[in-house]
Amino acid sequence: MTFDDYIYDLSSPGRTGVDLPEPDVPETPIPEEFLREELPLPELSLPQVTRHYLRLSQKNYAVDKGFYPLGSCTMKYNPKVNEWAARLPGFANIHPLQDSHTVQGAMALMYELQAMIAEIAGFDAVSLQPAAGAHGEFTGVLIMRAAQLARGETQRHKILVPDSAHGTNPASISMAGFTAVEIPSDRDGNVDLDALKAALDDEVIGIMITNPNTLGLFETHIVEVCRLVHEAGGLVYGDGANLNAIMGIVRPGDLGIDVMHFNLHKTFSTPHGGGGPGAGPVGVTAELAPYLPAPIVALNDAGDEYIWHTPEKSIGRIKSFYGNFGVLVRAYTYIKMHGAEGLRQVSETAVLNANYLQARILQMGDYPVPYGHRFCKHETIAQGKIPGAEGVRTLDIAKRLIDYDFHPPTIYFPLIVSEALMIEPTETEDKETLDAFLDALDRIADEARENPELLHEAPHHAPVRRLDEVRAARHPILVRLPDPAT
Amino acid sequence: MRYIPITDDDRRAMMEAIGIKDIDELFADVPAEYKYPELNLPAPMTEMEIMRELDMLAAENANLREFASFLGAGAYHHFVPAIVDTIISRGEFYTAYTPYQPEISQGTLQAAFEYQSMVAALTGMEVVNASHYDGSTAVAEAAIMAVNILRHKRRTIVVSPTLHPQYRQVLRTYVQGMDMKVIGDESHENDFHALIDLCDDDTALVIVQNPDFLGQLHTPQEMQDLADAVHAKGALLAVSTDPIALGILKPPGQYGADIVTAEGQVLGNSLSFGGPYLGIFAFRKKHVRKSSGRLVGETVDMEGKRGYVLTLSTREQHIRREKATSNICSNQALNALAAAAYLAAMGKHGLRKVAELSWHKAHYAAQQINQLDGYEVLMDKPFFKEFVVQCPRPVAEINRYLLEEYGIIGGYDLSRDYPHLGDAMLLCVTEMNTREEIDDLVTALSEAQRPHIHLNLEVSL
Repeated sequence: MTFDDYIYDLSSPGRTGVDLPEPDVPETPIPEEFLREELPLPELSLPQVTRHYLRLSQKNYAVDKGFYPLGSCTMKYNPKVNEWAARLPGFANIHPLQDSHTVQGAMALMYELQAMIAEIAGFDAVSLQPAAGAHGEFTGVLIMRAAQLARGETQRHKILVPDSAHGTNPASISMAGFTAVEIPSDRDGNVDLDALKAALDDEVIGIMITNPNTLGLFETHIVEVCRLVHEAGGLVYGDGANLNAIMGIVRPGDLGIDVMHFNLHKTFSTPHGGGGPGAGPVGVTAELAPYLPAPIVALNDAGDEYIWHTPEKSIGRIKSFYGNFGVLVRAYTYIKMHGAEGLRQVSETAVLNANYLQARILQMGDYPVPYGHRFCKHETIAQGKIPGAEGVRTLDIAKRLIDYDFHPPTIYFPLIVSEALMIEPTETEDKETLDAFLDALDRIADEARENPELLHEAPHHAPVRRLDEVRAARHPILVRLPDPAT
Repeated sequence: MRYIPITDDDRRAMMEAIGIKDIDELFADVPAEYKYPELNLPAPMTEMEIMRELDMLAAENANLREFASFLGAGAYHHFVPAIVDTIISRGEFYTAYTPYQPEISQGTLQAAFEYQSMVAALTGMEVVNASHYDGSTAVAEAAIMAVNILRHKRRTIVVSPTLHPQYRQVLRTYVQGMDMKVIGDESHENDFHALIDLCDDDTALVIVQNPDFLGQLHTPQEMQDLADAVHAKGALLAVSTDPIALGILKPPGQYGADIVTAEGQVLGNSLSFGGPYLGIFAFRKKHVRKSSGRLVGETVDMEGKRGYVLTLSTREQHIRREKATSNICSNQALNALAAAAYLAAMGKHGLRKVAELSWHKAHYAAQQINQLDGYEVLMDKPFFKEFVVQCPRPVAEINRYLLEEYGIIGGYDLSRDYPHLGDAMLLCVTEMNTREEIDDLVTALSEAQRPHIHLNLEVSL
């Protein structure tokens, strides 16, 4: 037995981790009929629990450990002061239903964050309620739906999505009851304007567009796209996943975007937590502000007190309470420490780092860069098609990068690029790290030609070897509990 | 600049490698007329300055380390052992992304698998997903899942009026475009029998809460009878529950629930003004392919060693896109880790003790309050840790008195959501409330009913 064994295997009858005080009140019997017979939770001591989780943690790769160039995920450094801030007793230990007089500090923070996000992206109003990017998308699509219904446009039921979009876009469209219509990209990686024009009719609610897009490219015709959609009576949704490339460079709201979500766990440095929690605030134009989910923070008429406000035509509540407040505190801290100049420097450096990687990969010549004729923004797309190593795939390259102690880039996305390696360095990496990553790519290309087996069987130096995912899906084991008989 | 390690020399060398003279060249495709807006943001602060500001903002809030609180209603003040924060503060856990590369994510994956297993044990269900956003969106996802299980032939959701009011609001927000109906809470009188009567051949799911929003407990037999009746009508049953209560109470998996949801905040997560919380989502194995959210499965590596992977992802948006069972991507992984660490640390004995303490203290408080003139505790049904008190004057006034005179944060004012109860508050008592606090509350309530007490509108902290 070791401490990273399965948690139930560490359990032994009679062990307890946490003692609790004896009741200081007279006891009231609990009626027998309500009681459960068994509570099959493990029985552990705290030293065991500590070692178990510490040893599990050591099997993880993380931004705190090394380079994590996961495209579209913006894995930047997570500042430690953010963690300190979210744990302040005045933030961590307040109840969401307390009288608003007793939480004015928290509401002030939310009010200012709403305003700062609106300013950065060029919108008139912001809701902080959505819990994640996809949740923000769904909120935004419901807002578009409500606005079109209010305009009397009941026949509209389609939303256009470029073929480079994240899967959450079409999924969010379906959840709002609409049909996603795919628009192809042109040779330069932009939305194909002719295809867009052909698709725009009076059944279109609007378009969902990611800019910079998932190819890492700025949509050259973005103003034209917004104009065309608006002329056809549609609305433009902006997916904010890639905002890290354009802070202080351009404001989506100025370009004609009507509604947009922001991934605070990407752009604004809040940690991703191994899958969440995130936060996906939504910004809107003045026309759409009345539809925001409720409540948002407002100032009272006298301007001396923060109050909960329900926008007059609100789509409703999208989550209990007000949003992932602990995440909001972290994002607030980050924005306040940067200011306008700092945020612009973040974006400029993120884009510089990505273009440096792109330029050097082009120079290397081992990995095709399908849009290498353009400067990229926050990320670049290469392909795992190493000349002279035809049997080697992107998956092999990704797994071999693990042996060089790097987290692999996002792979096989966007779907329109075959064997894609989507590389997003972010601004928080030093040049030495970028160079070391490039060296690893270079050496892997040589290995691919000389000893492809090395790649097929990679990783060799990870806590486990390649895992049998087919078996996991065919015969799913999703829970393992001790046999009650033993 | 903060967190940016690129030096001027680096920048020059990199620009040379790229073949540009100015960073602006990288932004040549951005429309010139909108480029480089003046952002009207506060001047940047150093870490020292922002810490001072945050300290001051935080100090403006009445926090539960300093104020006794009897507020629940969906967010609860339970004990969190120090080990939980130690674990979720490991950079290896909290600065990792979704475990897309399983070979270097075994920590996250195994912890999630163990979470799934321990919550399955707690709820008595066969499968638990890796998390939804919170208790409310878990309810909405349950409704969508039920409609999917029944192949869209049934599209009505029947909800109990004692399901958390915010959960019902979120459910309605979620399904507004889906051509689904939500009924059942039109009348506060709608008990289980009325809900069953509302079921017809369009009913996909009945959703009830136990212990319900008003704290009341339905017996396992009543729940089983409800499940049987709902199933007889061809519909499914979802139960929203309190994971702490399951430390002693028979779990929904043992009385016929098809889907079990819960607010998992109570398991080791701080109140944090309403989030991030944890949407617990459990269901029967036969429905796994219609379920939403991430699932972690056990498998082996190429050397036969046990390992864990994200599995059955063909249900999810990154594969199925518009045909996915939900759009969820980021979830509440770190909150689920906190819950797992909490369950591991508390274990079988600790969780039972927390539940028992909450029960005893809540019942002591209810008995004391019920003896006060002017107050009446609703006791037609047994309750767990929350109960309804009908008050002699508006709850807002009473709460103001409790806060000002005793530094007590009172109960949830039910007058808006349940006007038929009159001036009623929902009080919550957990293991965190001492007898002294409860006795103070009783004294304060007794004083607050006297009409001559002047209530000052100013709250001073």
